[in-house]
Amino acid sequence: MTMTESPHKHKILVVDDEPDLEPLMLQRMRRYIRTGVYEFVFAHDGVEALEALDADEGIDMVLSDINMPKMDGLTLLERIPDVAPNIRAVIISAYGDMKNIRIAMNRGAFDFVTKPVDFDDLKFTIDRTLQHIREWREALSARDKLVVLQNELNVASMMQQSILPNKFARNDNYKLFGTMQPARNVGGDFFDVIGLAGQKVGLAIADVSGKGVPAALFMMSSRTLLKGAAMRADGPGEALSEVNDVLNEDNDACMFVTMIYAVYDPATGVLTYADGGHDPPLLIHPDGSSTQLPVTDGLALGVLPGFDFLQHSYELSPGDTVVLYTDGVTEAINAEEEQLGLTRLREAFAADPPGDAEDAGHRVIDLVNEFAGDVPQFDDTTCLVLRREK
Amino acid sequence: MEISAEREGGVVIAKANGRIDSSNSREFHSGLEAVITDDDSAVVLNFEDVSYISSAGMRVILLTAKSLQSSGAKFVLCSMDESIREVFKISGFDKIIPIHGSQSQALTAVSA
Repeated sequence: MTMTESPHKHKILVVDDEPDLEPLMLQRMRRYIRTGVYEFVFAHDGVEALEALDADEGIDMVLSDINMPKMDGLTLLERIPDVAPNIRAVIISAYGDMKNIRIAMNRGAFDFVTKPVDFDDLKFTIDRTLQHIREWREALSARDKLVVLQNELNVASMMQQSILPNKFARNDNYKLFGTMQPARNVGGDFFDVIGLAGQKVGLAIADVSGKGVPAALFMMSSRTLLKGAAMRADGPGEALSEVNDVLNEDNDACMFVTMIYAVYDPATGVLTYADGGHDPPLLIHPDGSSTQLPVTDGLALGVLPGFDFLQHSYELSPGDTVVLYTDGVTEAINAEEEQLGLTRLREAFAADPPGDAEDAGHRVIDLVNEFAGDVPQFDDTTCLVLRREK
Repeated sequence: MEISAEREGGVVIAKANGRIDSSNSREFHSGLEAVITDDDSAVVLNFEDVSYISSAGMRVILLTAKSLQSSGAKFVLCSMDESIREVFKISGFDKIIPIHGSQSQALTAVSA
């Protein structure tokens, strides 16, 4: 675009059928032409003007007379947006011709000057118009950048949603349900359900550092690594150790992911889990009382290679519900800038114990939404629920 | 975000304030980098005026810890409120970066 190539030079198309305007303009504006502030091009009626605008994208503004043969200035005003939507026009009218001035302004003229032309006033009007055009183009460019950014965030959001399980196997022994509510600024939460040998099932919930496309990419690789490690490893601790070591290779960006990975054995009701620097799981008993499962003194994955991830086991009783969640739940913020906190979550289930896994999951999200009200949340809200049925 | 800094000997005491999240974590990072010089033997980051830190902010802490480690300088944190201390505990970051209750304890630790 001409504006960016030569930011100080502006090309002005002057449209008038009277032959004396052209030499007069060149003479009175010679100082600005010589110093490269303005460049003038000329047309003699509306048709020529449209042809010039169509042929030369470098024209920044139009200065046009009203009465001309073939196509007059008022008709030209109507046609300009079709060929050059981002330029502005100034009209030259007879002194006191308010009727035509009004029509011109209604048809989108930016300003007007009257005959006989006062060149100081014209210079002022041209500069004001060019200033407006510069600001308009900057706003357009900012908008375009925003659209690109928005598209990028939409890609991240789609990547995130597309990898989440949305069907949960029906099983007499246990029920599962997981859900994620993305934040306005897409983050890197995910959960996963991994079928393992011997009817066991692997359950993961994770939160990647940061937001946007980098977080989404790191999330994708974390999730793929975990899936592979889960199938090979002998227990959740070993699985996290393997994922951690791979994530630490070439991690100059210091991205990390916090994660709980648990393996449930329906034959025994035992949940074995390891902690990758993540919020501990919440265990809710059928009477609504709850406790945090003891953590295993873990560390976020991707931080320190060779870290030894320990694991804990807990035997669930029939009716016990385990809620894995991300800090988007407990750190949800309301209009008073209070955090939701674990206590409110536990109180909600104490007052009304969860009916089943899906009920528990929905209620976690509902609690966050009720608490937050209209306050936009910065973090994804994610939970994965396991309930031992019998 | 303003990062204020003072020096005692070769020790920088840096102070951040308010919420550190993905909206200002870059500023937080460049602010920290601006107050740390190659000649500093230790950096104390004071959390007294920090009300919240997200994972994006934790990543900056990690980047700073790794960069100081490679240049042989000490890096400690101090004066966290309970909720931020909990974030460091849950994520396990307190295993790799020392955290002290007060600035004077932090200064004693790095000058030892």
